[in-house]
Amino acid sequence: MGRVFKFHNDVDTDQIIASQYLLLPNIEEMKVYTFESIDRDFAKKVEKGDIVVAGENFGCGSSREQAPSVLKALGVKAVVAKSFARIFYRNSINIGLPVIISKDLYDKVEDMDQIDIDLTEGLIKLSEETLPCTKLPPYMQNILDNGGLISFLNQEEA
Amino acid sequence: MIEKIISRNIGAESVTPGQIVTVNVDRVMIHDIFIPFVAEKFEEMGFTKLWDPDKIVLIYDHMVPASTVDDIRHFKIGDVFAEKYGMKHVHRSDGICHQLMTECGYAKPGNVVFGTDSHTTTYGCVGCFSSGIGYTEMASILGTGEMWVKVPETIKVVVNGKLPDNVSAKDIILKLIGDLRADGATYKALEFSGSTIDEMTVASRMSMSNMAIEAGAKCALFAPDEKTAEYSNVELSDVDWIYGDKDAKYCQTITYNAEDLVPVVACPSQVDKIRDVKEVEGTKLDQVFIGSCTNGRLEDLKAAAEILDGKKVADYVKLIVTPASRKIYQEAAKAGYLTILAKAGAIITQPGCGLCCGRAGGILTDGERILATNNRNFLGRMGTSKVEIYLGSPKTAAASAIAGKIVEA
Repeated sequence: MGRVFKFHNDVDTDQIIASQYLLLPNIEEMKVYTFESIDRDFAKKVEKGDIVVAGENFGCGSSREQAPSVLKALGVKAVVAKSFARIFYRNSINIGLPVIISKDLYDKVEDMDQIDIDLTEGLIKLSEETLPCTKLPPYMQNILDNGGLISFLNQEEA
Repeated sequence: MIEKIISRNIGAESVTPGQIVTVNVDRVMIHDIFIPFVAEKFEEMGFTKLWDPDKIVLIYDHMVPASTVDDIRHFKIGDVFAEKYGMKHVHRSDGICHQLMTECGYAKPGNVVFGTDSHTTTYGCVGCFSSGIGYTEMASILGTGEMWVKVPETIKVVVNGKLPDNVSAKDIILKLIGDLRADGATYKALEFSGSTIDEMTVASRMSMSNMAIEAGAKCALFAPDEKTAEYSNVELSDVDWIYGDKDAKYCQTITYNAEDLVPVVACPSQVDKIRDVKEVEGTKLDQVFIGSCTNGRLEDLKAAAEILDGKKVADYVKLIVTPASRKIYQEAAKAGYLTILAKAGAIITQPGCGLCCGRAGGILTDGERILATNNRNFLGRMGTSKVEIYLGSPKTAAASAIAGKIVEA
């Protein structure tokens, strides 16, 4: 189970992690500024296993991989959105952050609701009902299962 | 058109949208912000050599010249990486990556190119399939020379007729983003055609392909013609296979009549929040920016110079002009545009990403308002999150700088 942190449509990468923080030496230092312009205390409130829920086009804008990376580093279990921007989606899988498309979840949850996600079965469990969500294509699921592209490539070589 | 480029790249008869294929990468671009991360991941992946040092381009542009001491760390890491692995193409102060990739002939018609920047879609202006990726994927390409892609569906955009004098390519792409919305072309290719597009310079096409990502597009393609061949220094007969077949399948077709188009702006803080300039006319400005990989080319500086010739920038407005590359800077100096702009009161900066990426050269604070010719007006991009950013064409920007408020050129 994890708590829901709900965001709007078109959350861009500058809102997830602003460009001035990209020069910090590592993700650990960067992660405290996650969502700074739209939810200043997000990094303090979020706990391991929590879930980010958003509307359409989550992660639009820049190609910065730090955007999914800070979310993963903060312990976010998954991002569930109505749709994702292409580069963010790819980057998330490559670094091992589950990104799930669900058109219905957004309107059925509020901030801080408790939900559970079964990534393998493609199910989101709410208190009253269970919603189906996307399962990833096998190639991407493999990358994700291996903890991202690097572990995946290393695995292939072994 | 995209299917033809991918098919030829992988040596297949044909490909269909939705198919996942592994392409052979012709060229990649890494810029200064991400080189430390690419370098770290490359070594973490256990690679010991680059797949082809000749195909890799490293460009310092977001942080040139250094504004903070931390910036220098990125240049040093880049230099060490380039030296260690024998990279040949390193640009340390020549201009903005997307300008240099086509200007220097790194991205050519029919090529498949990836870059660690979302505006990598720019090279579609010469009929190149180019797209932005993250740094982990880039590190993987540096070692393997390969990349998996899903063949995208295509949206056809047709523009016919003659544009009114005060309307430019920038207005067309803004209008299109407004109509498609910020995610309307996600995972898709845009393909431009029509008499207006045929008449356009490669530079104008570049402004449009540059902003394709603002509608979520994977790439934006223009069929090469004589102008492209000359610009890219290739024989037209070698690249004239790149065009959309008459019977090609499109998931959507959008048609505009150039005569109906008017100057538009993207309003704070979404690129798809498009309004006619007339609707927001009179909005007071603190700053105007003409430059970036979207609109920092010679024709943009010329358009601004023609409007500002003999005029003065409004007293309380700062006009910042940033040519997209050193070559353009020199050409604009030779043509006299820089003198005209300076006389009018412009602050002319070194080529680079500077203000557009909110790092240097004119950042703003709470309550201030800017009209800029670049590609993004996201919250907090050019300073604090309470800065209002409007995006428009160089003509609209120049006229607005004189008026001190948003006006039509």
